[in-house]
Amino acid sequence: MSYQVGIIGAGPSGYTAAIYASRANLNTVLFTGLEPGGQLMLTSDVENWPGEEHGILGPELMAKLRTQAGRFGAEIKELSVTAVDLISHPKKLTLSNGTVAECESVIIATGASAKWLDVPGESKLLGRGVSACATCDGFFFKGKNVAVVGGGDSAMEEANFLTKFASRVTVIHRSAEFKASKIMLTRAQNNPKISFKMNAKVVEVLGEDRVTGLKIENLIDQTSADLPFDGLFVAIGHFPNSAIFANQLTVDRKGYITVLAGTTQTNIPGVFAAGDVVDHLYRQAVTAAGTGCIAALEAERWISHGA
Amino acid sequence: MKELSTTDFDSVISQSELPMVVDFWAPWCGPCKVMAPILESIAPDNQQLFTVGKVNVDDQGDLAMRFNVLSIPTFIVFKGGSEIGRFAGAAPAAVFVEKVKGILRG
Repeated sequence: MSYQVGIIGAGPSGYTAAIYASRANLNTVLFTGLEPGGQLMLTSDVENWPGEEHGILGPELMAKLRTQAGRFGAEIKELSVTAVDLISHPKKLTLSNGTVAECESVIIATGASAKWLDVPGESKLLGRGVSACATCDGFFFKGKNVAVVGGGDSAMEEANFLTKFASRVTVIHRSAEFKASKIMLTRAQNNPKISFKMNAKVVEVLGEDRVTGLKIENLIDQTSADLPFDGLFVAIGHFPNSAIFANQLTVDRKGYITVLAGTTQTNIPGVFAAGDVVDHLYRQAVTAAGTGCIAALEAERWISHGA
Repeated sequence: MKELSTTDFDSVISQSELPMVVDFWAPWCGPCKVMAPILESIAPDNQQLFTVGKVNVDDQGDLAMRFNVLSIPTFIVFKGGSEIGRFAGAAPAAVFVEKVKGILRG
């Protein structure tokens, strides 16, 4: 299989790149990876996507972007890229079915994934009370007592959302200060169902078949206690999905791919990166789409001029 | 793909000759929407191995509670009327089939 443009990732950035590249008549393929649609598949209403004046459901928006990309001939394949050789020419992408795709240029739009606590009990109880998606799973905690771990906007948003269902929501945060914006924090603080446990860290998730509690360490006096909870929602941020590129591309301390300022160019000519795998500041659907567009235009220019 | 309810769940599960994978889902769940066409697409190739049923947790809250479903989509594999394994979350077709086969192999 050989293509002019190979796009890795199926969020707003990857689909937008596919729309622009295929509409420019470039022979384009997009590999969706394990989470087609990306982070927006886990949200409900998206109210800030321009043009959707009444808001749109995240999964619905992603379905539309996918259809739009296909309309101009981009091939969309439900495969993951497991290894890359970006230095060779053409560049080689090894796929989850064992085949190799050869691409003149590559656009990396692999986004970011939710971080987990990585404590005992967490992975065993995933889907059994442990969740990273309040909008998906909040429904099952009607009248229950749940914990949200994190101190940023997404933690406050999850906590507020969960009060629609849960009778009590406790926000557990390891510091005494919040990264959350003032508006989100105030909204949570004013919600009578939400209480806060500061300077505290979850060290174990308790339960056999389902979550029954959390072992929580007090970071000030180092004591720990087992407290009863029915659910645990983890909202401690994201990490960029850049692991398979990190031996060839320049990444920053946190693993975000480094691009030349004002462009999507990585340190390897013909390899471009866009969306949340680059951007740890804005992380919006529309900014991801914007950089996906730039990446496709830059790939087009690189293919035609070699620069 | 059969929609199951509290009234027919036990009889369908116990009378099914093949193992049955039951998809606990809801119309408002994004990852569930991703899985619906994937389940359709894998059914023909795997009809000797397993069948697929669906439980809408909005309408069938009792079944969700009975099987301790706390996340959707959750896929529970039933054989001879009882649960032999489960997993939660969306997965691409090939990964989904591998997970089910893994559970069937024990």
